Amino acid sequence: MVPLSYYLILSGILFSCGVAGFLIKRNIITIFMSIELMLNGVNLSFVAFAAQWHALSGQIFVFFVMVVAAAEAAVGLAIIIAVYRTRETLNVDQVNLLKL
Amino acid sequence: MISVHLVLFLIFGAVCVAGAINLLAQSHPINSALSLVVVMGALAVEYLLLGAEFVAAVQVIVYAGAIMVLFVFVIMLLNAGAEERTKGGSYVAMVVGIPGLVLGSGLLAWVLVARSGTDAVPAGALSGSPKELAPLLFHEFLLPFEVTSILVLIAIMGAVVLASHPNADQKKENA
Repeated sequence: MVPLSYYLILSGILFSCGVAGFLIKRNIITIFMSIELMLNGVNLSFVAFAAQWHALSGQIFVFFVMVVAAAEAAVGLAIIIAVYRTRETLNVDQVNLLKL
Repeated sequence: MISVHLVLFLIFGAVCVAGAINLLAQSHPINSALSLVVVMGALAVEYLLLGAEFVAAVQVIVYAGAIMVLFVFVIMLLNAGAEERTKGGSYVAMVVGIPGLVLGSGLLAWVLVARSGTDAVPAGALSGSPKELAPLLFHEFLLPFEVTSILVLIAIMGAVVLASHPNADQKKENA
């Protein structure tokens, strides 16, 4: 038997690692992977709550999150390819045309 | 008494956290991608421990399989090297990151201290097999399910349009 709080702590740690990676990483692909890590952390808490409250709809939501993540990854990586083609770099600090 | 479930949870939870920290520590994107695969595989085991068999299978097939192959493929395609560190660090990271870190660790501490007595999640009490999930997915959530199919179709078209070369048609005419 594993207490629910353990799952929530693991989910929180994964989400925090995702946020930290999003903020400190400078490679646009790694930043994108950090977003996937955050989504995974949220999915874990969805499944843990589904098991806790005996509500299977929590697992259905995880399924939808995965579908949206797959669509997001396809479009996001296509955008990264387009950015690389015009800017010749993957460093987000050098993609700064909209900066003041 | 320490149950098998708790031991398995702790082992794969540690693998998860180690993979997530390795993702942050590595400077080359391919190493980060491979550690993300480790995180996703370990999370699939956590889902199995919670009785979510279908979600665990989809996690391995879609996340660790399809999405990560896409990432690795793009890293190969763009020939991404080790990231360059910029001096001084980001101002936004300081302003948002430190309060966020304090807030996150405060939340974690609150869960640990105040909510540590919550009921244990009964192992295997809830079966997330495809047989139980299918009526929900195809009756109650039929409309969202159909909407996601349209979303995926739009995403495919968007990816093809965005990734195709802007001058591809002209080159074909010149050749």
